[in-house]
Amino acid sequence: MWKVGFQTVLAPVLTALLYLLIFSYVLAQHVEVYPGVHYTAFLIPGLMMMAMLQNAFANSSSSLIQSKITGNIVFVLLAPIAYWEFFAAYVLASMLRGLVVGIGVYLAALWFAQPPLLFPIWIILFAVLGSAMLGSLGVVAGMWAEKFDQLAGFQNFIIMPLTFLSGVFYSIHSLPPFWQALSRFNPFFYMIDGFRYGFFGVSDISPWVSLMVAGGCMLGLTLLSLGLLKSGYKLRY
Amino acid sequence: MALWICCRYAVMIPRNLDLFNLMLPAIDVRQARKRYGQLQALDGVDLRIEQGEFFGLLGPNGAGKTTLINLLAGLALPDDGQLSVLGHDVVKQYRASRRLLGVVPQELVFDPFFTVRETLRMQSGFFGLRHNDTWIDEVMHHLDLTDKADTNMRRLSGGMKRRVLVAQALVHKPPVIVLDEPTAGVDVELRQSLWRFIQQLNRDGHTILLTTHYLEEAEALCTRIAMLKHGRIVALDSTLNLLRSLAGCRVRLKIAGYLPATLLPQVVEQAEGDYLLTLPSYQALESMLAELRVAGTTVQEMTLQQPDLEEVFLRLVGRTVQ
Repeated sequence: MWKVGFQTVLAPVLTALLYLLIFSYVLAQHVEVYPGVHYTAFLIPGLMMMAMLQNAFANSSSSLIQSKITGNIVFVLLAPIAYWEFFAAYVLASMLRGLVVGIGVYLAALWFAQPPLLFPIWIILFAVLGSAMLGSLGVVAGMWAEKFDQLAGFQNFIIMPLTFLSGVFYSIHSLPPFWQALSRFNPFFYMIDGFRYGFFGVSDISPWVSLMVAGGCMLGLTLLSLGLLKSGYKLRY
Repeated sequence: MALWICCRYAVMIPRNLDLFNLMLPAIDVRQARKRYGQLQALDGVDLRIEQGEFFGLLGPNGAGKTTLINLLAGLALPDDGQLSVLGHDVVKQYRASRRLLGVVPQELVFDPFFTVRETLRMQSGFFGLRHNDTWIDEVMHHLDLTDKADTNMRRLSGGMKRRVLVAQALVHKPPVIVLDEPTAGVDVELRQSLWRFIQQLNRDGHTILLTTHYLEEAEALCTRIAMLKHGRIVALDSTLNLLRSLAGCRVRLKIAGYLPATLLPQVVEQAEGDYLLTLPSYQALESMLAELRVAGTTVQEMTLQQPDLEEVFLRLVGRTVQ
């Protein structure tokens, strides 16, 4: 991760800051999502979580697809490593990158606004869970994809829409009923909402519900990844 | 009495285990089968390679050599059959079998982010070896990589990358080493130094399994050879026996007179009294000379040519020796 730190840590932090700069300048005077919470401060947890999710996914998926395409995945496959150790290594690396990027976004964003940290336990819980879940999804995508195009499709048509439509920039209460209902099928929404609860103590739905949904998704993705790895899906032919 | 039995077993068991380990084949393959779609890549292969052997696995492209190696290394899963490395099943006891096996893959693959030393440290880490620099330095020294230790993998030539692949296969000091076409596209100097190192490893007790397209290499290095064709072993013997039994011999004759008609089918080259004949065996030499005597033909010059593995190979894969 550190050898390519510009690409893996600094670039996503800069991207998040650009979002913050533009959206806060454009919308800060017009929008108040939660009473007493400045829009710039409201944006910060959402942008942090978005950066964590996207980078955790990118880490495991791109590591896998690159190793598959260049062929050096063979060195990992030749080693006496169990399928669950393989999974743990990729997911822990993704979590590390996700959390480092998240902390980077937070520290850089402090220059714009200082959101409170009311419930740090919830913040840590959702940060860890979100990074792990997307790291796990990245393992599945990296195993499935056979070329960069397929992975880019996964990223652009699944990860990106789910992230942008999850309440990073707004509360789902500001949406029409149809879109509100649809948002509840988006697991990313629960992670961002629960994460934001840790900062402000207010959320669109109970953080316990968010925790259950995020935990359930994490469990499902973990089982799927482990099953695929055990069978050697697209790795051990 | 109980104490005596305990002491006796305490002494006996390790000895028996050592003896048992020595008797284990380095590689044991029983009825290995693997199918990819319509292609039966391996069709019931049986193969036993003893400890300390320098064994050659030959065959045309698509014969199943790499598939067999992939099954041994755990890079592919067998449809049927059992494969083991020093008694450890490659599927059920994969941790033990992979620790005992070092594989040099056919493709020139590398991680572009690391230097040679970092690559070897990383590979050591995959095998749970945290402080392995002394052995890494030794391996790099033997493979003439010391000067390149801190060079990024992308900056190395093809030959140097090949050396790093060999080094990677050796970081965990495996007793069984598999080399899948290790000298493909490698210059003569590197090939020679690589073989010197591999031969030294073999003399030190390592079992070597080699696949190569360079038949003269297999002929010079391997004590036993298996030939694969369409996923089956079509020949398995010592190199010497294979050369004797299948290649026959070639005779170059310069004669005064005519060549009897019965010998004409064996002629492969002909130019004004000079003939090159292929005989099925050295025994056939006697009858050839007898026929020449009966025909009243005088032999002015006769040269016997050594059979080579290429002829055996071509004969087994069903092509005509040119």
